Amino acid sequence: MSVVLNICFGMLSLAMLISVIRLVRGPSLPDRVVALDLVGVLVVGMIILYDVATQLAVFLDAAIVLALVGFAGTVAFAKYLERRARPD
Amino acid sequence: MLTGCAFLLLAAVGILRMPDIFTRMSASSKATTLGIGCMLIALALHFRDVGVTTKVLLVIAFFFLKAPVAAHVLARAAYRIGTPLWKETFVDELREYYDQEEYLVHRRGGLERPGEASPQADEAQDTSPPST
Repeated sequence: MSVVLNICFGMLSLAMLISVIRLVRGPSLPDRVVALDLVGVLVVGMIILYDVATQLAVFLDAAIVLALVGFAGTVAFAKYLERRARPD
Repeated sequence: MLTGCAFLLLAAVGILRMPDIFTRMSASSKATTLGIGCMLIALALHFRDVGVTTKVLLVIAFFFLKAPVAAHVLARAAYRIGTPLWKETFVDELREYYDQEEYLVHRRGGLERPGEASPQADEAQDTSPPST
C-alpha cells in the first residue's frame, strides 16, 4: 500500500513540476491560466492522496473548497482576459 | 488510485507538449476530470463510510460540471483576444462568421449592422438577440 502511495505522490509531483514549467514558459496569458487551473486540480489530487496516507477523511472538505475556489478563479481570469482585450 | 494519478500525469504532459492553447485545453480538461474521478472513487472505496462517500460523489459531480464550463469560457476568451492557432490547423470555421471588431458572430449571409450593435451589449449577444 505504501509503495502505491509513494508512486502516486511521485507522479503527482512530476505532473506539478511539468505544469509549473508550462506556467513559467507559456507563450500567452491563456496558456498560463490553463496551467494554473491544472495546478489547482493537482493540489486537489494531492489532498486526496494525503487523506489515504494519513487515514483521515477530514481533508476532503479542504479539497471541496479548493476545487470551488479554483473554478471561480479560472472563470474570473477568463472574464478579465475578455475585458482587458477591449476596454469599454 | 494509480490510474487516477496516471491520468493526471498525462494531463500535465499534454499541457507541456501540445502546440497551441486550444489543444492544451482539450488535453487538460478531459484528462483531469477522469483522473480526479478515479482518485475520488479510490478514496471512497478505501474509507467505506457514508459521509465520505457522499462528499466524494459531491466532488465528482462538481468536477464533471465545472471542467466543460471552465474550458469553454477559457477557449472563448482565448479566441476573442486572438491567440494564434497552431500553424497546422487548417479548419477554422468560425473565422468567416466572426467580426473581430464587434465581437459578434454573424450568421451566413447576414448583413453587418454597425449602428445597432452597441459595444456594451457584446456579452448579451452570445445567448440572446438584442431586445431593443
